[in-house]
Amino acid sequence: MNDLFTLVDWSRAQFALTAIYHWLFVPLTLGLGVIVGIMETIYYRTGDERWKTITKYWMTLFGVNFAIGVATGIILEFQFGTNWSNYSWFVGDIFGAPLAIEGIMAFFMEATFIAVMFFGWNKVSKRFHLASTWLTAIGASISALWILVANSWMQYPVGMKFDPETARNVMDDFWALVLSPVAINKFFHSVSAGWVLGGIFVVGVSSWYLLKNRENFLAKQSIRVGAWVGLVGALVVAYTGDGSAYEVADKQPMKLAAMEGVYHGKKGQELIAFGILNPAKEFNNNEKEFLFDIPIPKLLSILATREVDGFVPGINDIIDGGYPDKNLKGEEIIALSAQEKMERGRLAIAALADFNTARQNNDTTAMNEARARLEANYEYFGYGYVDSVEQLIPHVPFVFYSFHIMIILGGYFILFFILVLVLSYKEKLPNLKWMLWVAILTIPLGYVCLEAGWIVAEMGRQPWVIQDIMPTFAAISKIEVASVQTTFWLFAALFTILLIAEVGIMLKQIKKGTEKK
Amino acid sequence: MNEIFYQHYWWFLISLLGAILVFLLFVQGGQSLLATMGKNEIEKSMMVNSLGRKWEFTFTTLVVFGGAFFASFPLFYSTSFGGAYWLWMAILFSFIIQAVSYEYRSKRGNFLGKNTYDTFLLINGIVGPVLLGVAVGTFFTGADFVVEKGNLTTPGSPVISSWTNGWHGLEALLDVRNLLLGVTVLFLARTQGALYFMNNIKDDTLFERSRKQVLVNGIVFVLFFLSFVTATLLATGYETNPLTGEVFPRAYKYFHNLIEMPWVAFMFLVGVVLVLYALIRSVFGQHYTRGIWFSGIGTVLVVLSLFFIAGYNNTPYYPSVADMQSSLTIYNSSSSLFTLETMSVVSLLIPFVLAYIFYVWRAMDKKPITATEMKSNEHKY
Repeated sequence: MNDLFTLVDWSRAQFALTAIYHWLFVPLTLGLGVIVGIMETIYYRTGDERWKTITKYWMTLFGVNFAIGVATGIILEFQFGTNWSNYSWFVGDIFGAPLAIEGIMAFFMEATFIAVMFFGWNKVSKRFHLASTWLTAIGASISALWILVANSWMQYPVGMKFDPETARNVMDDFWALVLSPVAINKFFHSVSAGWVLGGIFVVGVSSWYLLKNRENFLAKQSIRVGAWVGLVGALVVAYTGDGSAYEVADKQPMKLAAMEGVYHGKKGQELIAFGILNPAKEFNNNEKEFLFDIPIPKLLSILATREVDGFVPGINDIIDGGYPDKNLKGEEIIALSAQEKMERGRLAIAALADFNTARQNNDTTAMNEARARLEANYEYFGYGYVDSVEQLIPHVPFVFYSFHIMIILGGYFILFFILVLVLSYKEKLPNLKWMLWVAILTIPLGYVCLEAGWIVAEMGRQPWVIQDIMPTFAAISKIEVASVQTTFWLFAALFTILLIAEVGIMLKQIKKGTEKK
Repeated sequence: MNEIFYQHYWWFLISLLGAILVFLLFVQGGQSLLATMGKNEIEKSMMVNSLGRKWEFTFTTLVVFGGAFFASFPLFYSTSFGGAYWLWMAILFSFIIQAVSYEYRSKRGNFLGKNTYDTFLLINGIVGPVLLGVAVGTFFTGADFVVEKGNLTTPGSPVISSWTNGWHGLEALLDVRNLLLGVTVLFLARTQGALYFMNNIKDDTLFERSRKQVLVNGIVFVLFFLSFVTATLLATGYETNPLTGEVFPRAYKYFHNLIEMPWVAFMFLVGVVLVLYALIRSVFGQHYTRGIWFSGIGTVLVVLSLFFIAGYNNTPYYPSVADMQSSLTIYNSSSSLFTLETMSVVSLLIPFVLAYIFYVWRAMDKKPITATEMKSNEHKY
């Protein structure tokens, strides 16, 4: 069992490493793609060659960033099979479909039109080139759509049923997956976060030029485009973030409790605007939750339930159960305790074993009886693999601080873009050195914010790879721990080297600007 | 249309993607020729830029091949990827280093240096085709796995597909037939890389060098290809009883498949003729540049037919040498009917995708790459 958990930890670490690196590059691709599309549209409409130069400049940075995003992306897809083979079978019928659609609809679009975008300036018409630039950006967003549909389904499994004959989940409603509220929120939240990062990047790099008194036309125009894209993105992020939080409260209450460090829920729950968690606090002791906190009364209840006095359960409530709740079908229930769920999960697993035995014996009556027991308890199937209630609680400090970093920075970005736009249109920005430095220093904050958001989404749902249906420790491949450790370090070394290479090239390209060789 | 129809349909699509992938490996083949054919920076630059505008097609096809396998035959995805861990990881590593190489190699600030990225391209150019060939070879030679779905009810050890040796895929490299296919794919890729250069670059010196490469690599390819085909057709394969699902050995199984599916045999022969025609015409025609297209179509037909004899006619496409009854067929490893139907609707987009790829490819390749273009200040690799 210890080996199993070591293997799970290393497999998780490897996937997390790859995803963290991937998420460094993809958002910038999403944001820069749109920004470059807008810039080329301006060139197309005005015929001003200076806009062509601007477009080509940002396109070069897009290309350098894009390549490494592609490199890390392929590994994520294949790691589902290499490291999470049980998962691949258990839900492959559902999860594989969005991945395949992503490939057919999005990857080929990107792969085809990106070549025109870079090399087609003198080979195709202006209009076709512009269309190719936009299709590359759209392809990137469609790619994000399908992978986020897949990810959302892991957080909120709908449109499926369990088939005991094949021992897997099968899809029975494709549109339930695609149009799940979790998927819709997640898509717009993630893609618009990319716009924010793209905006921050363009504004920051352009500010450096203003500071150096170089590339003035490029910098001033780019700042306006970048800041508008960033501001629109930040507002969409805020709106969909609210929707996401509501969905989390409804479908993943443990994640919400960890995000806010709530152990004991209540009606009219406050939101922690800022807080320092008490390291001694565990779910089964009476320590205070926070060493220091600034609460905003009732706000978490409003965000989570849309009611001022709505009840928001804490970690202990979720472990103990007994509060009014809803099941996946939206029916009013009294929440079961973790122990009861674990018991129901074991009943489901035992029913599946009985079904297999009955099937081997061709005993139809016993098969039907086992199937009925399985269906009655399947909602908690994953709990059958859980040994102790502690396993059901995600790493609270990690999730709490990541969430608050994301929220604080998200608010800051809105103010930042508004300020940049005001100063830019008043022509004051080039002379405000402190503001230019703020813009430059905001670039790393953009990355911190996006990675924090990813951590909240993925760490917050632990231990579930499929919410309530399959924990990570039932999803892995049967391989040696040493193999995963080896590939982890190989990936870590390779990604880090490539990241250093990318940053080096980006910095040189920025330093070079648009000057001719 | 019933479940069996969709299972056959999806095996066809997987085969088509696999076949197109093998054709597109001309990018890797071209990479493996960079050092020997590019004698100076301009020549190398023309070759790299010629390949660099196509590398994403190969990469994307590989990713879609994986995704489509996941969606249509998830039991293969979980069994092969989770078991043949090192084989797939090696393939992945070789493709990761390729993805960045084109964009990074000639950019300023590149701390690894141009030679490092050219080495990455060489590694991917050789290792990628060989290992992909070896991996596909296991469709004929089998792999060391056991599938036990009942394990799902054992919380301490719930994994349903497990490998029965500690080599986790590396053992496939020790099988002669797998290696034959791996080397065949490598030399096919090199031959097609040279054919592609003849078509895509306007430079007399490179044209002549490419022609020589087509001759040398083409001969090696044909020898290895014939060896692989002979060994496969003479081998004992597995067959599935369609009524009981029981798997049993059958002598000359793949030869029988060709006989019992004459349309596959015909397709195979047409493919071989097209490839040979492309090779002969390119080697002996003084200014012939269209060999890549005949060779490409021929390759797609031949690889398609190989996938068909691996998966159709009640043949387990992924035989288990550890437990014959664990072998995977297109029937016992597929997704549910609902998913296959849904995915089939999506697959109707494929002709449109192929159409715009064709259109863009044509538009971009109207003017071949020249030394003058490499000296310009435009974006290049």
